[in-house]
Amino acid sequence: MAEQRRAVALISGGLDSMLAARVVMGQGVHVEGVNFFTGFCVEGHTHAIREPRGTRPKRNNALWVAEQLGVKLHIIDVIEEYKDVLLNPRHGYGANMNPCLDCKIFMVRKARELFIESSFMSDHGFDFIVTGEVVGQRPMSQRKQTMPVIARDSGATDRLLRPLSARNLPETMPEREGWVRREQLFGFSGRDRKPQIALARQLGFDDWAQPAGGCCFLTDQNYSKKLVDLWQARGDRSYELDDIMLLKVGRHLRPAPHYKLIIGREEGENEYLRGYQYCMTSIEPISHMGPMCLIDGTPTPVDLALAARLVARYSQGREAESVSLEIRLADGSGEVVTAIPLPAEELPSAWHV
Amino acid sequence: MTTTPAQDHTTEHTLDVKGLLCPLPVIRTQDQIRALQTGDLLVVLATDPGTMYDIPSWCRIHGHDLVASARDGRLCSFTIRVQKTAGAPK
Repeated sequence: MAEQRRAVALISGGLDSMLAARVVMGQGVHVEGVNFFTGFCVEGHTHAIREPRGTRPKRNNALWVAEQLGVKLHIIDVIEEYKDVLLNPRHGYGANMNPCLDCKIFMVRKARELFIESSFMSDHGFDFIVTGEVVGQRPMSQRKQTMPVIARDSGATDRLLRPLSARNLPETMPEREGWVRREQLFGFSGRDRKPQIALARQLGFDDWAQPAGGCCFLTDQNYSKKLVDLWQARGDRSYELDDIMLLKVGRHLRPAPHYKLIIGREEGENEYLRGYQYCMTSIEPISHMGPMCLIDGTPTPVDLALAARLVARYSQGREAESVSLEIRLADGSGEVVTAIPLPAEELPSAWHV
Repeated sequence: MTTTPAQDHTTEHTLDVKGLLCPLPVIRTQDQIRALQTGDLLVVLATDPGTMYDIPSWCRIHGHDLVASARDGRLCSFTIRVQKTAGAPK
């Protein structure tokens, strides 16, 4: 009896990677999943912060996919290592701050290091790597010209199999060695999703995640603007996890280069922002219902007075003559102030990040 | 993490991931369990409501026993019995 081959599949939580893993499983290969957490993933955090009414399940779609497939999923924290990918992409950025090609190379390389060259993640080594990439699906990382670059620069070379597009690409080791049959792989290309949806139905799937705007915040124009604003304000292109998390939350207003306000837009965000009161100055209305606000930077007392007026403007007291608010410093000390809500016409649009 | 010997000679560990948002509570649980032995108990304390789905899901796909789970206000707690020899579900 032939030895059962082992593949590690990059699982994002979306449809393509789910199908790619399932196609290889269907050929008798043992598959386990890996999901890399960069800090910019749309999965997880955003669901937890917002949507308190439970309109969508607060589930991690990569875990959900693994359950549908009946495979193990290893979720790997790559926040620190990913900084170099974002800050120094060899292949540049996409339309926003998304280094998609370098990102894919990084993830395939990590999969190779952890699963092919090492048995750190499992008792046994793995033979090859599977991704859900489709030729022509993404403008930067999934083009006919760039897919060989990913295989080469990741070091995975011909141990990287894209089951959904394999027949558009040169033969890989799993095909050549007979671990999988090429004729049972696919030749999908382009941005049309119909072939994947048809395959999903054929394989018995009737549900899958369809993240609008992709799985990474770096492809989002507004998020990228906030990230660039953060770097410009600090004069330093560095970040910590809390920095990039806070960019996902609230409306951001920068009245001056040395400070900005992060104002919650609903209770889930307010609750999340309260978790930072121990390390940042905060402002919260007390005479009226209103948002939690964090101050990032080094505001002066005059700046805090303006910030209080801005927070009052977003409270239910916006039409009132005045609003009482508590300004609390990171050391726990605080004071109650009274502020006149800032009229909309006095709020320059340029302050919105 | 804190560790205390349980009465049935297994070791009970506690992992506090309060304040972290998914998938970090799952990652910390996964990394902690990698260092434990079969039969050990791990109590996970979290505040992200997403853990109520994600940690049971992670236990199922890795074959660990979720002995108990509960939510009390913002606090989500899970008791997991480690099964190192378990394979993925078929």
